[in-house]
Amino acid sequence: MTALHWATISPFLLAILIPFLYKYVRRIHTGWFVLIVPLVLFIYFLSFLPVTANGDAVMRSVPWVPSLGISFDLYIDGLSLLFALLISGIGTLVVLYSVYYLSKHKEKLNNFYVYLLLFMGAMLGVVLSDNLIVLYVFWEITSISSALLISYWFHREKSTYGAQKSMYITVFGGLSMLGGFSLLYVMTGTFSVRVIIANVDLVATSSLFLPAMILILLGAFTKSAQFPFHIWLPDAMEAPTPVSAYLHSATMVKAGIYLVARVTPIFGGAAEWFWIISLVGLTTLIWGSISAVRQKDLKSILAFSTVSQLGMIMSLLGVGSVAYYFNDGDNALYTTAILAAVFHLINHATFKGSLFMTAGIIDHETGTRDIRKLGGLMTLMPITATVSLIGLAAMAGLPPFNGFLSKELFFTAMVNVTEYGIFSVETWGIVLPVLAWIASIFTFLYCAILFFKTFTGKFQPEKLAVKEVHEAPFGMLLSPIILGSLVVIFGLFPNILAYTLVEPAMAAILPGILEPGEQFYVNIYHWHGFILELWMTIGVIAIGTLLFLTMKKWSQSAFYRSEQDIFNHIYDSGYNGLIKGSQVLTRVQMTGMLRDYFLYMCTFIVLIIGYTMIRYDAFAINTDNLSPIDPYMWIVAILLVVSVVAVPFINNRITAIIVAGVAGFLVALIFTIFRAPDLALTQLLVETVSVILFMLVFYHLPDLRKEKIKPSFKLINLIVSIAVGVMITLVSLSAFALGSETNFTSIAAYFIENSKVLAGGYNIVNVILVDFRGLDTMLEILVLGIAALGVVSLIKLRLKGSEDV
Amino acid sequence: MKQLRPNDMMLQVSMRLITLIIFAFSFYLFLAGHNNPGGGFIGGLMTASAILVLYLAFDMKTITKAIPFNFTTMIGVGLLFAVFTGIASMLYGFPFLTQFFDYFQFPVFGEVELTTALPFDLGVYLVVVGAALTIILAIAEDDK
Amino acid sequence: MEILMSIIIGIIFTVSVYLFLSRSIIRVVLGTLLLSHGVHLLLITMSELQRGAPPLLNLGAESYTDPLPQALVLTAIVIAFGVTSLLLVMVYRTYKEHETDDLEELRGSADE
Repeated sequence: MTALHWATISPFLLAILIPFLYKYVRRIHTGWFVLIVPLVLFIYFLSFLPVTANGDAVMRSVPWVPSLGISFDLYIDGLSLLFALLISGIGTLVVLYSVYYLSKHKEKLNNFYVYLLLFMGAMLGVVLSDNLIVLYVFWEITSISSALLISYWFHREKSTYGAQKSMYITVFGGLSMLGGFSLLYVMTGTFSVRVIIANVDLVATSSLFLPAMILILLGAFTKSAQFPFHIWLPDAMEAPTPVSAYLHSATMVKAGIYLVARVTPIFGGAAEWFWIISLVGLTTLIWGSISAVRQKDLKSILAFSTVSQLGMIMSLLGVGSVAYYFNDGDNALYTTAILAAVFHLINHATFKGSLFMTAGIIDHETGTRDIRKLGGLMTLMPITATVSLIGLAAMAGLPPFNGFLSKELFFTAMVNVTEYGIFSVETWGIVLPVLAWIASIFTFLYCAILFFKTFTGKFQPEKLAVKEVHEAPFGMLLSPIILGSLVVIFGLFPNILAYTLVEPAMAAILPGILEPGEQFYVNIYHWHGFILELWMTIGVIAIGTLLFLTMKKWSQSAFYRSEQDIFNHIYDSGYNGLIKGSQVLTRVQMTGMLRDYFLYMCTFIVLIIGYTMIRYDAFAINTDNLSPIDPYMWIVAILLVVSVVAVPFINNRITAIIVAGVAGFLVALIFTIFRAPDLALTQLLVETVSVILFMLVFYHLPDLRKEKIKPSFKLINLIVSIAVGVMITLVSLSAFALGSETNFTSIAAYFIENSKVLAGGYNIVNVILVDFRGLDTMLEILVLGIAALGVVSLIKLRLKGSEDV
Repeated sequence: MKQLRPNDMMLQVSMRLITLIIFAFSFYLFLAGHNNPGGGFIGGLMTASAILVLYLAFDMKTITKAIPFNFTTMIGVGLLFAVFTGIASMLYGFPFLTQFFDYFQFPVFGEVELTTALPFDLGVYLVVVGAALTIILAIAEDDK
Repeated sequence: MEILMSIIIGIIFTVSVYLFLSRSIIRVVLGTLLLSHGVHLLLITMSELQRGAPPLLNLGAESYTDPLPQALVLTAIVIAFGVTSLLLVMVYRTYKEHETDDLEELRGSADE
C-alpha cells in the first residue's frame, strides 16, 4: 500500500468513524470532520501537478487477485489528475456548503456523510484505477452511493422512486460495461488500460471490436445521463442540494465522460465511435436544452441543463476522436474538440456547481423551487442573485465568462467537422454545427428564464411558505462565491489552466499522437475577429432574447405546459410490465405447496443427471472386481429393505419411528461389515439419540393418518420417486465402474502412509478428522452448534401474544 | 418428561451404575480416539446418551442440580477450544490448525503420547455433548 | 456387494422421495431421516468396499480400506443429526402454531 492507495481509500476509512463522531460529538456539526478529507486530498493531488505538466505519469501497484491478473493499480496522468482535483476540490466546497445546508438537529447527518464519503472514495477509485475490474467495482459503488444519497429523505415517495430509477439505469449500464471489459480481456488478455492501449492493434483487428465498444458506451451513456438514458437525472434531484451539486452535476455524471475519454485511445479513429458518440451527445444536448425550457422547478431546469451540457462534452469527445484517424498532433483542426471538451468539463463544474448551490439557497430561504411562485428576489438576496447571474451568463455562453470561451471552442470544433472529409461528413457533417447552434439557443433561453423569473419581476410573498425572506448566512454563500469567482477568473485568464490542467489531460486522452517532448498548443482567447463562431453566438443571443420576450405567447402552448419526458412513460410502463410479468410467472409455479417444489427439484435433478450421463455415455456397470457378498449380508440387506419400505405404510407414529430406527441400526451394522468401526459407533449413537428425540417430539404431534391423495397424484409421486431411485442406483453403479475401470489412484494412500509419521495417530479416520482436515471438522462443529442454537431459538424465543408466526 | 414415574427405585439404582460405566467408557473412547476407534464425536455422543439415560431415570430438576452445566455455553466453550488450538500453531509461525505430537515419560503411565490434536478433539467433544443435549432438553423442557 | 448396495441405496432414495411428496409433514421428516442413511451408504459404496483391513494402523495389515470416505461420512452423520433435529423442531413448532400437520393447509398465503 502506497501513499496514493491510502489517499484513495481515506474517504472509506473516515466513513467508518463517522457514526461514532456523530453519536459522541453531537455538539460539532459532523460535516466539519468530513471537510478535512477532501481538503487534504485536494492539496495532496495538487502536488502531482508538476509531474503531469511535464507529460509524466505516476503508477502505483498493489496485487489484489494476482491469479486473475487483477491488481489494485493506481495511475495518475493528466486526465485522472484533472478528475481527482475536481472530485476533491468540489467535494471540499460541497461539504462546506452542506454544513450550513443540513441542520445538525433535524437531519441524520451520519447517514449523509457516510454515503457522501463512500461516494468520494469510489469516485476517486474510478478515475485513478488502471485496472478495469477495479474500476468497475468502484463504478458500481458510485451507483450505489448515489442511489443511497438520492433516497436520503427516504420517507418521501419521490426520493425512493428516483433512487430506484437511477440505480436500475446505471447498474444496467455498469453490467454492460463489465461485459465490454470482459471482451477487451478476451481480445488482449489483460485488464490493464495501459497495456490494452499499448496493444491496441489486437483490439482494432478483432471481430469483437464493435460489441465491446457498444457495451462500454452503454455504461458511459447511462452514467452520464445521455439520451435516452437521461431520464434518471431529473428524478435524482430529490437528493439534498449539496448532493445534486456534487454527484449529479460536477463529478459522478462525468464518470461516463471520463470513461469515454479514457478508452478513446482504444476505440478512437473508428467511424462508428465518431458517429455514435457525436450524435448521441448532440441529441442529448438538444433534447436536454429543450426539456429544460419546459421545467418550472429550479432544480429540474438545472438537471436538464446538466443533461444537455453533458451531451455537449460527450459530442466533443466523439468529434475529437478523429485525431486518431489523422494521427496529426500539430493540426489544431482535429484537436480543438478535445481541448473544448476538457476545458468545458472544468467550466461546467464551476458554474453548474455554483448554480446548484444558489438554487439550494433559494429553496432553503424561501421554501420553494417553483419559478411560478418565485420572483423579485434580487433586492432581498443580492449576493445570491449576483452569483447566479455569473453562473447563468457563463452557461449561456456570454463573454467575458469561461462559458463563452468553451462555447466558442465548441462551435469551432463543430464547424471544423465539415472540413474533415472522412466518415461521409461531407453529406451529413453539416448536421452537427446546426444542431449545436439550435441547442445553444435553447440553452440561452432557459438561462434567461432561470434568472429573470427568479430574481426579477414581482415578489410574491403570499405564495411562499416562509414569512420572511432574507439573504443566506455567509458560510452557506462561501462555496458558491468561490465557484463564481473561479468562473470569472477562468473567463478572464483562461491560460492559467492551459498548461497546468488542460494540456496534460489532452495528452492523456490522445497519447501516442505527439512526438516525445512535443505539447499540444493550447491558447484560449476571447477575440478571434468577426468569424463564423462569433456570428453564431450573436445569433444565439438575438434569437434567444426574442424567444424570451415572446414567452407570454408560447407559454400557453401544450409544449410548454407538459413537463413530462416521453421516455419516462417508456421506463414506467416497462418497469410495471416487468413487475406484473414476474408476478404472473411466480404465481404459476410458486404454489406454496412443498410437494410441488419438491417435484420440480426431483424432476430437474433426474433430467439433468440423466442428460449429462447419456450425453457423455457415462452409464456403466462393472461386474468384475466386486467384493463377495457374505451370506449374513443377505439377511441384513433384506431386513433393511423391508424396514425402509415399510415406513410409508405405517400409520402409527411410534411404530414408524421404531421401524425407521431399526433401519438406522441396520445401517450401523452395514458399516461394521464394511470395516468402518468409527462409522458404526457413530451411527449407533446418533441413531439412539435421534430415536429419543423423535419420540419426544412425536409425543406432541398428531398420529399419522392414511393419506388422502388423488390416485393420479399418487401415481406421479410413485413415478418420480422410482425415477430418482433408479437414477441414484445407476449413478452409484457407474461411479463404481468408473473407479475400477480407470484405475484412479485414491488419495487415501497419502493418509495411510502419513497418519503415523506426521500426526502420530493409528486411527486414520480420526487423524483425518482432527489433523489433516481439521478446518473442515471445525466448521462442522460450528454447523452443529448453529443447529443447536436454532433449535433453542425456535423453542424458547417465541413471539409473545397474538403476533402471526 | 413428567410422564415418567420419578420414584422407580430399581431403575434409578441401576441407572446410576450404568451411567457411571457409560461415562467411563465414553471418556476412554474419547482419549483412545487417536489410535483406536473413538474420538471426539463418538465420545461426545456417548456422554450425551449417558446423561440422557440419567434424565430418563430421574426427573429434570434433580439432574439439573447434579450436573450444573449450561449445555449451550458448552457449545461455545468447545468451539473456542478448537479455534484456539488452531491459533496456537499460528503463534509459532505455522499455518492455522497445524497439529503436533511428541512422546513423554511419566512416572506411573510410562511413555505417553501427547498431541495438540487432543485439545482440538476436546473442543469437538464439548460441542457434540452440548449440541445434542441442548437440542433434546429444549424440546423436553417445552411443555407449552 | 457393490451392485447389491447400489440397489439398496436406490430403494432407500425411492422411499424417502415418496415420503417427501406426501401431505403429512411428519412423513417428510421421516423421509429426511431415511435419505441421510441413503446418502451415507452411497458415499461409502462409491469407493471400493471391503478392500483391506479397517483403517487402524495398529492392526499391522498390508492394505487398509479407504479411510477418506469414512471420515467424510462420519462428518456427514453428525451434520445430518443436527439438520434433522432442526427440521424436526421446526415441524414441532409449526404444528404448535398452526394445529395441523397437513402441508396443503400449511401452504403460503396467496399473495406471495
